[in-house]
Amino acid sequence: MITGVIDYGAGNLHSVCNALKLLGIENRLVAAPEELESVDALIFPGVGAFGDCVHHLEQQQLVAPIRSWVQANRPFLGICLGYQVLFESSEECPATPGLAALAGKVVRFVDDGSLKIPHMGWNVARPVNSTDPLWDGLPEEPHFYFVHSYYPRPDDSAVVGSWTDYGTRFASAIRFGNIAATQFHPEKSQSAGLQLVENFVKKIAAPALEIAAKP
Amino acid sequence: MLTKRIIPCLDVTDGRVVKGTKFLDLRDAGDPVESAVAYNNQGADELVFLDITASSDNRKTMVDVVRRTAEQCFMPLTVGGGIRTVDDMREMLLAGADKVGVNTAAVNHPDIVSEGATAFGRQCIVVAIDAKRNRDADGNFDGTWRVFTHGGRNPTELDAVEWAQEVERRGAGEILLTSMDSDGTKAGYDIELNRAVSEAVRIPVIASGGAGNLDHMVDVLRDGKADAVLAASIFHFGEYSVADVKRYLAEHGLPVRTLA
Repeated sequence: MITGVIDYGAGNLHSVCNALKLLGIENRLVAAPEELESVDALIFPGVGAFGDCVHHLEQQQLVAPIRSWVQANRPFLGICLGYQVLFESSEECPATPGLAALAGKVVRFVDDGSLKIPHMGWNVARPVNSTDPLWDGLPEEPHFYFVHSYYPRPDDSAVVGSWTDYGTRFASAIRFGNIAATQFHPEKSQSAGLQLVENFVKKIAAPALEIAAKP
Repeated sequence: MLTKRIIPCLDVTDGRVVKGTKFLDLRDAGDPVESAVAYNNQGADELVFLDITASSDNRKTMVDVVRRTAEQCFMPLTVGGGIRTVDDMREMLLAGADKVGVNTAAVNHPDIVSEGATAFGRQCIVVAIDAKRNRDADGNFDGTWRVFTHGGRNPTELDAVEWAQEVERRGAGEILLTSMDSDGTKAGYDIELNRAVSEAVRIPVIASGGAGNLDHMVDVLRDGKADAVLAASIFHFGEYSVADVKRYLAEHGLPVRTLA
């Protein structure tokens, strides 16, 4: 099994690739649609701005293929901007539609004068379903590293994988089928983050491929 | 709840840690990568590498240190010292740093803050401010602080609080605030300085300079309203581990991340 890491030219891929290497997970970069054919699971790490990210994906003709990948329930882990772009739009860049693999939009933290924005540092993600394999081996309320000013608001609350409080309660992860995406950075979250990445690859992606391979 | 961050700082020159790291029980106490891994394992929330020589030759060595650290440490890493251009920033970020710190360069060319923020995102840009209390003819503190550059050698005309607000406007994601009056004294952080800057900006403030005991950290996080504390010697000389600090802060009602 090979895990692809989406390379749209701006994200900090090194951390994710270093994490996969440390975990002994075979991986390769994916920068074009045809390269999707040679990978079994996808990780989409994103940093930077929503609009830039979508524009890069458009130039690489990756928008529709990634949307189809997620909608086909193929193993997918989105990180930070790689989580946000799955939705329909973002207040960060209202003129640029997102991938619209999921219904909902990305909104900015409400600036009531008491919050520092970006939300930067370590905060708790409270899993909605702690028996889900994504959270295996993690504490009941694991801490992860966050750095963001916007967060997705999914229309369907059934997709929410974890909640986090920062001024408001927001969906810090989504989780359904073979899909996971996190607002926090597992690749920057020390042992908890490495555990989550390993869980995604070995306990969500690998079993899904085994089932798919059965006649 | 967002936790208060504990950030060890490693001063590096020619690829070697300058201050000792006795307590970490390392094979090579001067190896920054080994020190970084030890702090990672202790549960430090972030790590700062400060290149204290900051020559261009040294920067290449630093890039290599950053690259090797990022292969083994999965935590946010900031690199400062000698970063003068957006290309310097890019080099460090591509090597695996998550943030870059600018100090003198930001004072000399404030556009570097906005250019860096535009190119890499605000969250990547840490502006370091070295501030010193202004005193009247009788030596009394007048309630303001002056910004210094070049490692604290050169005074500027800038007021520290106003400068913090300006770099925030220009796109800084965070402020690393060092009190020159307190630095090296182990007598505690400058609480008033931290509170004045924290209340004047909406981006996180990292307090630096003066940590001598754990109460100093409680004071600057609670009364000084800092979001994070940076410390060097308190960790390097083995007086306290990161875990000691966090346990103490938690006992005093401050939110911290503890390792499971």
